[in-house]
Amino acid sequence: MSNDLYLTDLEGEVKEEPNRNGFGRGLLEAGKKYKNVVAACADLTDSTKMNLFRDEFPERFIEIGVAEQNLVTVGAGMAAMGKIPFVSSYAAFSPGRNWEQIRTTICLNDRPVKIVGSHAGVSVGPDGATHQMLEDIALMRVMPNMVVIAPCDSVEAQKATMAMAADPRPNYLRLAREAVPIITTDKTPFEIGKAYVFAQGSDITLIATGTMTYQALMAVDLLFKDGIEAEVIHVPTIKPLDAETILKSVRKTKAVVTIEEAQKVGGLGGAVAELLSENFPVKIKRIGMEDRFGESGTANELIKHFGLDAKHIHLAAHSVLSSGSAS
Amino acid sequence: MPKLSIERLQTISNDIREDIIRMLEHAGSGHSAGPLGLADIFTALYFDVMKHDPKNTEWDERDILLLSNGHCVPVRYATMAHAGYFDKKELLTLRQLGSRLQGHPERLRLPGMESTSGPLGSGLSQACGMALAMRMDNIKNRTIYVVMGDGEQDEGNVWEAAMLGGKYKLSNIIAITDRNNIQIDGQTEYVMPLEDLKEKWEAFGWHTLEVDGNNIEAVIDVLSMAKAISEKSVMIIAHTIPGKGVDFMESDFHWHGMPPDHEQAKKALHELRTLGGKIRSEHE
Repeated sequence: MSNDLYLTDLEGEVKEEPNRNGFGRGLLEAGKKYKNVVAACADLTDSTKMNLFRDEFPERFIEIGVAEQNLVTVGAGMAAMGKIPFVSSYAAFSPGRNWEQIRTTICLNDRPVKIVGSHAGVSVGPDGATHQMLEDIALMRVMPNMVVIAPCDSVEAQKATMAMAADPRPNYLRLAREAVPIITTDKTPFEIGKAYVFAQGSDITLIATGTMTYQALMAVDLLFKDGIEAEVIHVPTIKPLDAETILKSVRKTKAVVTIEEAQKVGGLGGAVAELLSENFPVKIKRIGMEDRFGESGTANELIKHFGLDAKHIHLAAHSVLSSGSAS
Repeated sequence: MPKLSIERLQTISNDIREDIIRMLEHAGSGHSAGPLGLADIFTALYFDVMKHDPKNTEWDERDILLLSNGHCVPVRYATMAHAGYFDKKELLTLRQLGSRLQGHPERLRLPGMESTSGPLGSGLSQACGMALAMRMDNIKNRTIYVVMGDGEQDEGNVWEAAMLGGKYKLSNIIAITDRNNIQIDGQTEYVMPLEDLKEKWEAFGWHTLEVDGNNIEAVIDVLSMAKAISEKSVMIIAHTIPGKGVDFMESDFHWHGMPPDHEQAKKALHELRTLGGKIRSEHE
């Protein structure tokens, strides 16, 4: 583990918490710091943890009702008047249902609306495929002017929320429902657009985002037992991608596995493949959803069922290393 | 700005129609019927009703006009040019590469264009967001005008905004529906019936007024009445004639998304210049 990043010792006692809790605290903190931060929600205020902000600043909170197209366009209107609007729902609905409104009234219109999509990924669990948003990274990444952020834990989610409040661009924040291990601390740096080397190694680079960074760190131990030293890059900002940090690592290891709780197509793996194919082609294996939808189950069952856990990362790393490097 | 006479406003509106024809003919694509039908409403807004300054487009006390049905933007460009936002010569750059006058309006390209629009149904929501932000800041001296189409009201987003406006009683919003009864595939009542439109808006909690949208004096009067409503959001259903002023375009839905060719433009300009010989002799 990288000492200068002040990460949690994962061999000791590790606390767990949903990322959305960190967002809730971050929004409250941003509301206290910036008077122009406002919030709106589409009937999921407690679930997306906007309730902390709503209770503290009821006059700066708008209940939109179950209307996600309205949610983001009202946000665009508030931003036009100098507000920094955070608008939240489940990712399946926002940006799932309102993509065109985000495109025209926020991105092309260049309004700094902060779109918060909770309950992304299969770890939503028993609610099933309809609510397990897997296409949001691709949908938001393809949009000009949009910044895409997927924090690894609640502590980073809180920092990301504060950073978004100060960022002049449209932002998308991807959150998850379930409690996940807290692997960063208050002292761990976070900056929009930066990736961080969470574990150092020279044999292979594991590039992960969101809740999958923990799984990548777990895979490091499995690989170490096989005599393989894996480097883990945590990519909280999928767009703009930190090309420098990724290329520096890959030039050293010449082998890559990407991991995300999202469709392989168009997601972090896609972004990394695009970067490497044009700059430093190497063998790469992408772990994510294989062009299919999720289903009901517990979060842990589904992560394993769809091959998103440390065990599968371990296998993928071996597969890449045994097939030889392209460069 | 001193008040202009109704006759003067009618002349300006007619000049705007002539420019719409010239722009569309030159561009070779674009929408004819809606912009011509809206010329009187835009003249009333820019030359009588709205608080605005063409030389200071970021003035923080200005009224805001959102054009939700962005395809009707030729009427806004022509009106803005006549109002002094930019030189009228620029009107002929409509839809050309590098032009500030995009086929559908873009805020970042043209000062005074308050929002980017084209995909239908999102203007009223943005107005709601603006009005809610103004309420948070206790701003009461600004009005947000929204011009929207009637066919546009097939969009669910419109009714999401209608519910929100009804809930929060955003009295500084004055929305204007261009009730011209046409959309691309035909008559609105054939494509997707909207009636009873007035009862619908009333049922959503809006103070709803109706007006002859091609009568400038009546439009000014109804907007003045709308400003006096302080307890509700206001919807004005403005009955207009699509293609107004050009006999062969009037009320024909085929002109929704079509520009005139050279001969048609010549004929249209002749009719507009003479108003059928009623108002003044033809000029160049």
